[in-house]
Amino acid sequence: MTLQTMILKMSDGFGKTCAIFFLTLLFSLPLGMLVALLRMSRNRVVSTITRLVISILRGTPLMLQLLAVTYGPYYLFGISVSRNKLIPVVVAFSINYAAYFAEIYRGGISSMPVGQYEAAKVLGYSRVQTFLRIILPQVVKRILPSVTNEVVTLVKDTSMAFTVSYQEMFTIGKQIANSQTSFVPFLVAGVFYYVFNLLVDFVMGRAEKRLDYYR
Amino acid sequence: MHKLLEINHCKKNFGAVEVLTDLSLSVEKSQVLSIIGPSGSGKSTLLRCATMLETMDGGDLIYDGLYAARDQGGKAVYAEPAQLQKVRNMFGLVFQNFNLFPHYSVLKNVMEAPMLVQKRARKEVQEEAMDLLNQMGLADKATAYPYQLSGGQQQRVSIARALAMNPKILFFDEPTSALDPELTGEILRVIRGLAEKKMTMVIVTHEMSFARDVSDQVVFMNGGLIVEQGRPEEVIDHPTQERTIQFLRRMREQ
Repeated sequence: MTLQTMILKMSDGFGKTCAIFFLTLLFSLPLGMLVALLRMSRNRVVSTITRLVISILRGTPLMLQLLAVTYGPYYLFGISVSRNKLIPVVVAFSINYAAYFAEIYRGGISSMPVGQYEAAKVLGYSRVQTFLRIILPQVVKRILPSVTNEVVTLVKDTSMAFTVSYQEMFTIGKQIANSQTSFVPFLVAGVFYYVFNLLVDFVMGRAEKRLDYYR
Repeated sequence: MHKLLEINHCKKNFGAVEVLTDLSLSVEKSQVLSIIGPSGSGKSTLLRCATMLETMDGGDLIYDGLYAARDQGGKAVYAEPAQLQKVRNMFGLVFQNFNLFPHYSVLKNVMEAPMLVQKRARKEVQEEAMDLLNQMGLADKATAYPYQLSGGQQQRVSIARALAMNPKILFFDEPTSALDPELTGEILRVIRGLAEKKMTMVIVTHEMSFARDVSDQVVFMNGGLIVEQGRPEEVIDHPTQERTIQFLRRMREQ
């Protein structure tokens, strides 16, 4: 097999890699905020349960979570494994990443000086107004570098979908590598991920620059 | 006389520590009240109770006849949120460390609350905000961000921000304590100017000569109690209580 065919075949899976990537961000970024707010809830039961869930999601392999979400329903309830693996893959990724984002958000929110809340309160801002207008915009600026880190990791983590044989780029590359007894597909995959992440860095760098107008 | 603020039998504990013990005071319209005293005397806690950043454990808190909290059997019972919001609209607070919103321009810092909270029209609010910034000598800083300003300028923005809400009474929590000595003068001048315009103010301060010049009434606090109160020439120039005399002597030595 020529290098060109390898790249072409693997590009076929690239759409699926992108699907995992963008759908995971789409769901996990807001879900993470919800989890962070639950984690910071004044209700002891809610915050304890949330903390436990976060700890499990961060303390067990993503690979295991992928398998659990994909095949768990079959073993537990006899529901047949869906043919479209994109759904369980995105569900597993979104939940896992939401846990990480939640901790980043929480760190950002609790790093805000209490004076910001007090100034808003005295001026008569409601709690929601204070959060959305005063706190959140400043939190976004503070956490952007950590979020970039997670997003870069997500790009590479999409390759984990091979464990449930979802035909994304890395899965295809691995199949070619096996059938051709060649290491080249892995190198090709490496280049793909690296270029993808150069793009991520560029976009996130632009975002950070846009928030550079204040300190 | 027209009482704008009345605090009766205010009690506040932090855990087992009693910070304010049965403290009462009132402020009349156009009056300037200064609160002085050593650190840990409860001055700031009193101010935070008055501005509802802390809840009192017991006592009444009344703004211009409107009850924010009413003492019932030794416990302070606060009014419902709508009434508290009304009360909040009656006062402003200037913080020691400004607490400006760093992601907003100077003008937006001043304009947002009147538009968002008081639902006033942008045009009217902007005119008033520019007018206030002008008074504060900051007209050319309207588009600047807080980090680009000196401490004194930031504090003047925060005074403008408080005034933009048209408060009936303005509180200052050690407004010059976070400033370099050469910058305190400009803030004190602004506060003096407000006093001349008959703004009702309550000022927690360590600036004794300023307190004497600007106040109609001075309260000396120690250990959660009002030890002495009266006209500045009484409390600051001719104190009668041993604790006040000691404190003022120590301030003079600094």
